[in-house]
Amino acid sequence: MQGTVTQPHVSSGGNIRRGITRARIVGTIGIIVATLLIFAITSRVGADKVSVLNIPQPGAPQNQPLFRIPLPTVATVVVIQGLLGVAGLYVALRQPLRWIAAYVSAVIGFAFFTILLWAVAGSSVDLVDVLARVVRLATPITLGALAGLICERSGVVNIGIEGTMLFSAAFGYIAAILTGNTWLGVLAALLTGCLVSALHALLSVNFKVDQIISGTVINLLAVGVTGYLRGGFISPYEQSSGATLTAQALPGLPIPGLAQIPVIGPILFNHQPITYLMLILVFVINLLLFRTVWGLRTRAVGEQPKAADTVGIPVNRLRFWNVVASGLISGLAGAWFSLESTFRFDDVMTSGRGFIALAAMIFGKWTPLGAFGGALLFSSADALQIKIQGFNFGLPRQFLQMLPYLVTLVVLAGIIGRARPPAAVGKPYEKG
Amino acid sequence: MAVQVDVPLAPTRRHRAAALFRAALVPALAILTALVIGAIIIWFSAPSNRGTRLEVVVAAYRGLFAGAFGSRVAIANTLVEATPYILAGLAVTVAFKCGLFNIGAEGQLFMGALASTTVGFTITGLPAIIHLPLALIAGAVAAGLWGAIPGYLRARTGAHEVITTIMFNFIAFRLVDYFIVSGPLRDRRASLPRTPFIQANAQLPRFVGPLEPANLTGGQEYRPLIVTTDPGWNIRLHLGFLIALLAVWIIWWLLNRTTTGFEIRTVGANPEAARYAGMSITKNFVLTMALSGALAGLAGAGQALGLERNMKSLFSSGYGFDSIAIALLARSNPIAIIPAAIFWGALNTGKGEMQALTGISSDLIRIIQALVIMFVAADQIVRWIFRIRQAHGEQMVFSRGWGK
Repeated sequence: MQGTVTQPHVSSGGNIRRGITRARIVGTIGIIVATLLIFAITSRVGADKVSVLNIPQPGAPQNQPLFRIPLPTVATVVVIQGLLGVAGLYVALRQPLRWIAAYVSAVIGFAFFTILLWAVAGSSVDLVDVLARVVRLATPITLGALAGLICERSGVVNIGIEGTMLFSAAFGYIAAILTGNTWLGVLAALLTGCLVSALHALLSVNFKVDQIISGTVINLLAVGVTGYLRGGFISPYEQSSGATLTAQALPGLPIPGLAQIPVIGPILFNHQPITYLMLILVFVINLLLFRTVWGLRTRAVGEQPKAADTVGIPVNRLRFWNVVASGLISGLAGAWFSLESTFRFDDVMTSGRGFIALAAMIFGKWTPLGAFGGALLFSSADALQIKIQGFNFGLPRQFLQMLPYLVTLVVLAGIIGRARPPAAVGKPYEKG
Repeated sequence: MAVQVDVPLAPTRRHRAAALFRAALVPALAILTALVIGAIIIWFSAPSNRGTRLEVVVAAYRGLFAGAFGSRVAIANTLVEATPYILAGLAVTVAFKCGLFNIGAEGQLFMGALASTTVGFTITGLPAIIHLPLALIAGAVAAGLWGAIPGYLRARTGAHEVITTIMFNFIAFRLVDYFIVSGPLRDRRASLPRTPFIQANAQLPRFVGPLEPANLTGGQEYRPLIVTTDPGWNIRLHLGFLIALLAVWIIWWLLNRTTTGFEIRTVGANPEAARYAGMSITKNFVLTMALSGALAGLAGAGQALGLERNMKSLFSSGYGFDSIAIALLARSNPIAIIPAAIFWGALNTGKGEMQALTGISSDLIRIIQALVIMFVAADQIVRWIFRIRQAHGEQMVFSRGWGK
């Protein structure tokens, strides 16, 4: 509320604002994080320890990497965090407002890198595998963020994305085990996403229910209904059919030729179908939103519905169909959970990814490319915690599992004040 | 928009009855609609060996009612089940009043239960009159602090509480998991991951019932207020129920009869006007979320100290999430929380009997509950079905955008 009222852009070197400002807090926290990490690593890791980052040759055995980058653990961390500390001092003193988001991202990103180096001190890690994992785990978050973005750009808040994903994951999985065809499962997931989103559209656009409440209703419904389905149908069906389940998770599709390129190949061209679709959708939606009539109308309806109405754009009809279309994307994200990342359905298996997706959307300032960047930030927290559970790292696994949620909090609290949502978001439109 | 416009003249008894009827009409119709749809689902999923489909539907709802209210033990169980719902529903209601949507009751409940259990078993040798309040306060304070952080973040940075409280939920689950499964609070002698049993002096005593044998409770002898061996009086209702009722009264008084409550409601109704009138939005957001968290924490403390007597890794059964439904059902009226919570508790208690009588999966109750949530939240659907006009000034508004 107060303190976050939009201040005019102050370019660096302009008038310095006094008191406790966002820049000062962010800069100070950056300095504290850098100091803590330097202190921790110098006291806990021997100076002679080396962290080896491997860049493998695709297709070749693991023990013959293309490159082997040995980094002296302590020295590398001290240099990186030292530079970040100095940058923090600059942010706190000069208050360059437009660099705050970049600085927060850098602090988080390099904190991850430091933890990775720390975890593999005296051993080696396949860096490309970590990065490929980051892209893979960004899939549901990016898709969720794109779904949220389509809704919010037209003025509808959709916090029901988490629930929509869960519904789609459950019904997609049920269709897959019933028909024995995973692709039909994906189709069912898409359809489910559309129907659930249509409910949100009906409630929030037509009945003008508060959009946050409508989204929460969908989230609660999803937990109840999918729990009923798993206990009452999925588990008994799996037990009765035993090993005869014919369907399995979507296959990996390495793109011939491209997948063999070192570094880039495994990161971008050796994935499963939904991950490819996610990468394509980021650019497609960016194009649609900023280069087509539909995109212009959507943005107009989200910013100035009254003006849009005056020039003849059917505000509520556009909003309705945008929300329904977002269900296709949430449905795809749901399919990722139960049909691509694994072939299984667990209770509440989306574990908050739908909410993290909204944070990614806000981080990306309601643009598809920015949202993808935010999703990469969050998924690297995920990838990191999964990867270093294999190493004998000092922290218990539960604390590592908190990482994505903590990062979401830090990003929301550190950056959102600068973010400006579409002007009409959350407000039902009434003619007249 | 969220304020109820109070009529300054003393209302007559008849006016009050009419107002009560109007307020209860839509929630009641929402429940009715959900039960009718539930009946349709039972009709189509009725097993063939239990009589005609109509008989199965009747038997199912009769079983549900008998299971919830059919005997002294059943009624007690319903009230036991309603206790955490009253407190957690109250938590969500308080936040509603300030225009905040606390989805984090579940995590706050976990933190409260963890703190009060820890105080309950680590400290020994205190008399009950000190130990029990200490354990309850520990739960309320821990959960209050846990809830206050999202309130502060919302006020100072604009981070929306709907997302931050969810993140705090996940962090709380992992934290509790750490302490109980692999951390310092685990009882090393127990095969299942759980904390040791709390001291007998820290328990919320049951009203009536038998002594619990010490060999089942880690050496602690839990004594109810009135000891009896009569199996008809072996009921689990504990002091926590009275605490919940007391909390309802205190919150009603706080919201409607104090300056603090006035400020909270004003900030909820119109933050701009509140700020113009000199009220601190940060202070009220933090205070409200702390209060909300403390209530949810008491719900967790009640479960830990009154029922479980220890904390397991699989602790809550979604009381925190269902509490959102209860707050909506009660239309964020503190007094109405009580019947809403008892209704919810009755569904949970009665479903076993329903399954036993008809073979319908007790998970059906989750669908009925989900439908109730939908119809209550989206009361426009109910109004549309039953052709009821919207009264003025009844709506709550939470969608205020993400950054402001």
